[in-house]
Amino acid sequence: MEFLRPATWDEALAAKAEHPSALPISGGTDVMVELNFDRHRPSALLDLNRISELTAWESGRYEGQEGEVIRLGAAVPYTRITRELSAELPGLALAGNTVGSPQIRNRGSVGGNLGGASPAGDAHPALLAAGRDVLVEAESVRGTRLIPIDEFYVGVKRNSLEPDELIRAVRIPVADGPQQFSKIGTRNAMVIAVCAFGIALHPKNGTVGTGIGSAAPTPRRAVEAEEFIAGELAERGLWQSGGLIGPAAIQRFGELVAAAASPIDDVRGTAAYRRHALAVMARRTLTWTWNEYTQSLRSAA
Amino acid sequence: MSTIRTEKNLQNITTAHPDGIGGSPLRPDGILKVRGEFAYSSDMWHENMLWGMALRSPHAHARILSVDISEAVKHPGVEAVMTHEDIPGAKYYGLEIKDQPALAMGKIRYHGEAIAIVAADHPETARRALAKIKVEYEILPTITTEEQCLDPETYGYVHEPDEYKGHASGNVVHSQKLISGLGVTDEVRALADVVIKGDYVVGMQDQAFLGPESGLAVPAEDGGVDLYIATQWLHVDREQIAPVLGLPENKVRLTLAGVGGAFGGREDLSMQIHACLLAQRTGKPVKIVYSREESFFGHVHRHPAKLTYEHGATRDGKLVYCDARIVLDGGAYASASPAVVGNAASLGMGPYEVPNVNMLAVALYSNNPSCGAMRGFGAVQACFAYEAQMDKLAAELGMDPVELRQINAVEQGSIMPTGQEIDAPAPVADLLRRVKALPLPQELDTTHLDVRDIPGALSNTSHGEGIVRGVGYAVGIKNVGFSEGFDDYSTARVRLEVIGGEPVAMVHTAMAEVGQGGVTVHGQIARTELGVEQVTIHPANTEVGSAGSTSASRQTYMTGGAVKLACEAVRNELVALGRKRYGWDYNDLSLVGGKVVSASAGVLVPIADLLGDTAIDLTREHHHRPTVPFDKETGQGFGHVQYTFCAHRAVVDVDVELGLVKVVELAAAQDVGKALNPLSVVGQIQGGSTQGLGLAVMEEIVVKDGKVRNPSFTDYLIPTILDTPPMPVEVLELADEHAPYGLRGVGEAPTLSSTPAVVAAIRAATGLALNRVPVRPEHLTGTGE
Amino acid sequence: MRVTFTANGREVEADDVWEGESLLFMLRERLGLPGSKNACEQGECGSCTVYLDGAPVCSCLVAAGQVQDREVRTVEGLADPEGGLDEVQQAFVDAGAVQCGFCTPGLLVQSHDLLERNPQPSDNDIREALSGNLCRCTGYEKIMDAVRLASARKCSSSEVSQ
Repeated sequence: MEFLRPATWDEALAAKAEHPSALPISGGTDVMVELNFDRHRPSALLDLNRISELTAWESGRYEGQEGEVIRLGAAVPYTRITRELSAELPGLALAGNTVGSPQIRNRGSVGGNLGGASPAGDAHPALLAAGRDVLVEAESVRGTRLIPIDEFYVGVKRNSLEPDELIRAVRIPVADGPQQFSKIGTRNAMVIAVCAFGIALHPKNGTVGTGIGSAAPTPRRAVEAEEFIAGELAERGLWQSGGLIGPAAIQRFGELVAAAASPIDDVRGTAAYRRHALAVMARRTLTWTWNEYTQSLRSAA
Repeated sequence: MSTIRTEKNLQNITTAHPDGIGGSPLRPDGILKVRGEFAYSSDMWHENMLWGMALRSPHAHARILSVDISEAVKHPGVEAVMTHEDIPGAKYYGLEIKDQPALAMGKIRYHGEAIAIVAADHPETARRALAKIKVEYEILPTITTEEQCLDPETYGYVHEPDEYKGHASGNVVHSQKLISGLGVTDEVRALADVVIKGDYVVGMQDQAFLGPESGLAVPAEDGGVDLYIATQWLHVDREQIAPVLGLPENKVRLTLAGVGGAFGGREDLSMQIHACLLAQRTGKPVKIVYSREESFFGHVHRHPAKLTYEHGATRDGKLVYCDARIVLDGGAYASASPAVVGNAASLGMGPYEVPNVNMLAVALYSNNPSCGAMRGFGAVQACFAYEAQMDKLAAELGMDPVELRQINAVEQGSIMPTGQEIDAPAPVADLLRRVKALPLPQELDTTHLDVRDIPGALSNTSHGEGIVRGVGYAVGIKNVGFSEGFDDYSTARVRLEVIGGEPVAMVHTAMAEVGQGGVTVHGQIARTELGVEQVTIHPANTEVGSAGSTSASRQTYMTGGAVKLACEAVRNELVALGRKRYGWDYNDLSLVGGKVVSASAGVLVPIADLLGDTAIDLTREHHHRPTVPFDKETGQGFGHVQYTFCAHRAVVDVDVELGLVKVVELAAAQDVGKALNPLSVVGQIQGGSTQGLGLAVMEEIVVKDGKVRNPSFTDYLIPTILDTPPMPVEVLELADEHAPYGLRGVGEAPTLSSTPAVVAAIRAATGLALNRVPVRPEHLTGTGE
Repeated sequence: MRVTFTANGREVEADDVWEGESLLFMLRERLGLPGSKNACEQGECGSCTVYLDGAPVCSCLVAAGQVQDREVRTVEGLADPEGGLDEVQQAFVDAGAVQCGFCTPGLLVQSHDLLERNPQPSDNDIREALSGNLCRCTGYEKIMDAVRLASARKCSSSEVSQ
């Protein structure tokens, strides 16, 4: 096994081009488990810890994305996301705060979740919910490729990166409405998601974003649920009135979220439970975000 | 030339403190532990040491057709590869029944059974070498369910009939019947106004001690082996290791290295024989450290159980009879199964007077992981079932569940279903009264929500929705010490001499300090008995006689008792020295504050002056009062040394929509006879309660067709600090006159009643029957097994 | 490979490190610093917690090579240079928070970090901060007591010094 220690991003890209099978390691919170438990022996480890721009974020405006965008370095640890970006990226900040333990959150990052592409990665539902224009910056010596988040996850623990590409950053629009994230685990801390759900209200364009974790081969959005609830809110003029969504629509939203999942029975939970819990989390988080939205309307009035 | 890393706990630990028994002096090993200098078994290190590792079967039941080690042997950095063919001595070992091969011979009986071992210069070298060993298997159908185990004609034998040892036959490791009163007949049933039946299941719990199995075997010049090891019982390890190595016991010397928790899981051997075999073969020190994954395959677990109970009672709540059957899955090898069966049968009625009993407890061989000792064994499984029965009965009768228990509670003088009289305090009703009388925790404040207070916590699953509170009670009974006629004993050596002008007592035992604080208590006993401040604890090893196991809540009773006896002998000799020298004829002498004191004449002489250059060095054995085996057919007999009782009240919040649970408070009351160290006593009760909480709501090794599906801390969950609530503890001290200082073993009882109390509280919140532990979100939401 | 870094204020060097080795293994087996513990090696127990450039991390999940030129502080580096225990260490001994002690080193580093950031944590703050450190012996009550005690002592000593 080789251990590659690029000092700069350009060196990292060059190293990845030269060793396409090298496994990038940043926080190590997934990679090292694989190594310690003898599940994986890559030809080389590509250490990204020395590349300081990966642990920085900036806000700005970017082509192809509306409004202000956070360009989140791939290796910004979850602790910092929760501490520094809970106003701009509230869904991701909440999700980040459920990752592993405080020690894990000091090392783990969105880049790692994306690189591993495990359906249980906590960042995914929040990223999906944040909007279809969330973009993953994949870079190689060949240049930069912006991958829409909906096209990023392609299979169980598989993503759409090319072998010579590394994740430089994720571009996430700053929240224009309330966001929430809920996750099920069978204890009250330090759990891998049995299933998880992210939701984001987007009052600017009248859409609702969702993301489902750990209940399908890949993270996915609940498209029908999104369309259904956006339709309800639009048809009934609720975005403007801030009126109650009502139990029937909330119930239906939950059902559609559950229906969007294709969970399996495994050691962490049954498929039936996952569907059930997704429906409950969908109902609750929709209620929370909508209450927050209506309060903001009232306080703005 | 450096040898073993000379951390201080492998030498003497000295503490100076005025506190004798009843005080809470600080642990003598505490400073080393907080500095990170305490040497645990996995910290052992030796120049030129090799790393040992085992190849384990991916199948639960298979015939081994061939093992080809040729490629592994050639792997650079590998110094030895061994299979059963290379074992110089006996091929089998075992705690009670020698039925387990040190390395698999011909057949695999459980997932993870060791087949070959490797010694290499680095763990990674060893792993790569293991990967080069080629094993051909003929996979056999697994024998895993009760039905399959009990029908060997159809489904086969885990051990061939001619291989059976001890009492075992068929696929039954051990069974125990118990009949008392009139048994349970139609006539007896007719005496009951109400009948409650229930089928209960207890999942396979793991000890999940944090320090993985590990140790260092160092070959000695005399052809023997020195083993530095984390274990619960040095001498019984040696008894099992030496024959396999083909060595006399005196050439296998064990020293206790730091033990990172035990809870029963270190009562059986794990890597001991393998490390010694490799050290013998290579002539080099060999260290083995299990990974967490290997640890799940490397030790026995708590027996999963199926329990069928039928209770009859009168309308006013008096129990009339109990008919019960407990089936314990012992897995591939016997381990402690016979003792677990004995406990389940004899304690399976709980701390209740039940006039008529018919009980059968049985442990089966299967192709599941081997099960053996874990905190409270046999009694834990039964307690979950009989306490669920009590709640059901109370509900049926419209009675308060605590009152129902109190009406039927045993007390001093009660006769157990075994016919044994409880001849020491048994304050069962009072313990229940005490936990019930404690103030209840505050209601959940939904106006100032902190998600950390509610089920799901930071996972942010509820902002108050779906939360229902429940309260539940339970009480249990556990035996202390080894039962059924076993002449359990412990040995202590105490040396009193003057060092630097001060009298210093040195206590030497083979007691395994696994975290429980035995070393603290030994210092306290020596101070109390010898009136000294300075006590030195000698490292535990096999140079002194056996201390028995650190298990069965017995160690303070047994080895504490031995230390007391040895101290008394030393004191007598010291006093005799004084009588001889000064012609004392006082009969009221004691040793206090470093002086010999007469109650009538005051201070006579400092101990240091009396001793001078003399060292008094005496060894004593402590035996408890004798017990007898239970009658095979009726279960009758004076089988237990001592009983111990603990009661719990659990308060839980349940998110009834999501099936998530947060235990809000877990209060306990326990009679400890005499709290030799009150701080440690409370620590034991809280720790034991938490393991019971874990079994109630999360802990289970999931096994399917003999395969372990969650051998990791990612998927075998134990309670975190956010799962564990405040735990108020009431400690009673009603002396047992048969025991040293009147003490009562503490460690296990809290593990019993905690589980059923938590589940009772969840039942109260949800109205669900919940006949299985651990309770999973699926059970609370009707979404599957 | 060779790895050079600072451990507890001292420059250290490890040779012949296998590329897949963890920081934990390197500390324990190559540098004579076995205080950080090997309980799960999958980031689920916190027993191996060390400071890496000032942030507590699971040393089992840091590749040895990643600490080149960086600063690591382990449980062995909590006491002052003269050997006096840190307040957190003393409080763990005093409160009875140590039983088998295998979780203790990780809990100490994590508690130390908590009190550095938040000298007067609420009970929930303590629980949240320590939620990645498993203890199998104590049921955590004495650990709560220890952190409360360390917090009280820290606050009263800083009042005195002011």
